[in-house]
Amino acid sequence: MISLLTSNFHSFLVAFGYTLLSSIIALIASTVLGTLFAILQIVPSKTANVIARAYIEVFRNIPLLIIVMFFYLVVTKIVKIGGFTAGTIGLTLYTSAFIAETVRAGINSVGIGQTEGARANGLSSWQTLRIIILPQAFKIAIPSLGNQFINLVKNSSILAFVAGGDLMYTANNVAATTFDSFNSYIIVGIFYLIITLPLNYYMKFLETKLKGMA
Amino acid sequence: MNIIAAGIFDAFTKNNVHYLLGGLGITVGVSIISVIGSLIFGSFIGIIIYEKIPFLSRYVSIINDVIRNLPLLLIIFFVYFVLPVIGIYLPVFWATVIAMTVFESTMLAEIIRGGLLAIPIGQTEGAGSVGMTNQQALLNIILPQAIKKMIPPIISQLISLVKDTSLAVGIVLAEMTFRGQIIYAQNSNYTIPVFIALAIMYFILNYGLSLIARWFDHRMAA
Repeated sequence: MISLLTSNFHSFLVAFGYTLLSSIIALIASTVLGTLFAILQIVPSKTANVIARAYIEVFRNIPLLIIVMFFYLVVTKIVKIGGFTAGTIGLTLYTSAFIAETVRAGINSVGIGQTEGARANGLSSWQTLRIIILPQAFKIAIPSLGNQFINLVKNSSILAFVAGGDLMYTANNVAATTFDSFNSYIIVGIFYLIITLPLNYYMKFLETKLKGMA
Repeated sequence: MNIIAAGIFDAFTKNNVHYLLGGLGITVGVSIISVIGSLIFGSFIGIIIYEKIPFLSRYVSIINDVIRNLPLLLIIFFVYFVLPVIGIYLPVFWATVIAMTVFESTMLAEIIRGGLLAIPIGQTEGAGSVGMTNQQALLNIILPQAIKKMIPPIISQLISLVKDTSLAVGIVLAEMTFRGQIIYAQNSNYTIPVFIALAIMYFILNYGLSLIARWFDHRMAA
């Protein structure tokens, strides 16, 4: 295992970078998009609510693979995008639906008194949302956002299907060229755990801490 | 536009529709067996971790966390490509089922453990003080209360199980997504209609499940 790791260290490291890069871009983009759709769900406009609901239900109930393959095969005919970009866009759209639900739950758990108090002090409804509600909602949502990020890192293995150059893709390549599938998958597994396991324990810690506060 | 419109109707010849629906059957088959398997193993692991049995619970918990934090795709590839190295040969279908069951059991175990922990300790103590053994308390007092809280997250986990069966494309299981790929590989005009059809079929499967989850939520709240 050590020899396989040292002889392919560079490609594993590059792949680790791609996995991390894709996950971080998708996390930031999907948090923005997810928050947008969470807000669209609570604004007093029937049309906006329906659009947001439809978006969330569609992307939550369709496999990530279908979304990513759609971008890789269909959208690329109109706009030229590579596997990495297609995969990251797919990951973003897919995750944003989950984050929208998380943020909406966070917004709902902020007491109505907060809104009433803010409005009574003369804040507009947009200001109330931006200054009073969202910061509190995000604080509540942090553990589940962290879990979404763990899922995102795991889901980024989907890039292997579209030649995204990530860890899983490299594992397949190394396994195919060295015939040592056992060790290459184990090594890549360890690389994934380096990101996900510490996060997992940190999120558990945060959850118990928040529970203690409540 | 004309080309796309033509493709939409041409793609669904009798043969292709049959072929896709056969794939749907395999998807549903893998899902059902994995759901049953992972519910059984997941409850088992969840209870072992919850019960804090010396040594056992701790190691089971660590192994559970390790598997849970790996990508499912990696586990599928591992089961299919690596187990033959140590002499275990599995057909694609069963390799997928085993990989899905292993992975989803760990996810469900976490949900079940969390649900059990959410029941206040006073319930266990009360059960103990009226003379119940630990097992009786778990079976008669804790589990019935915990199950109510667990059902919505369990169902959303099962929804991701159904979606994740599509990953078996990687080891060439002839389920729905793979059969879709076969169809549009023959004629690239079929790509968009096939994607739409796949999306609709998965959506119906999973949205149905989420409606069940919502119905449970209402019943539990009432």
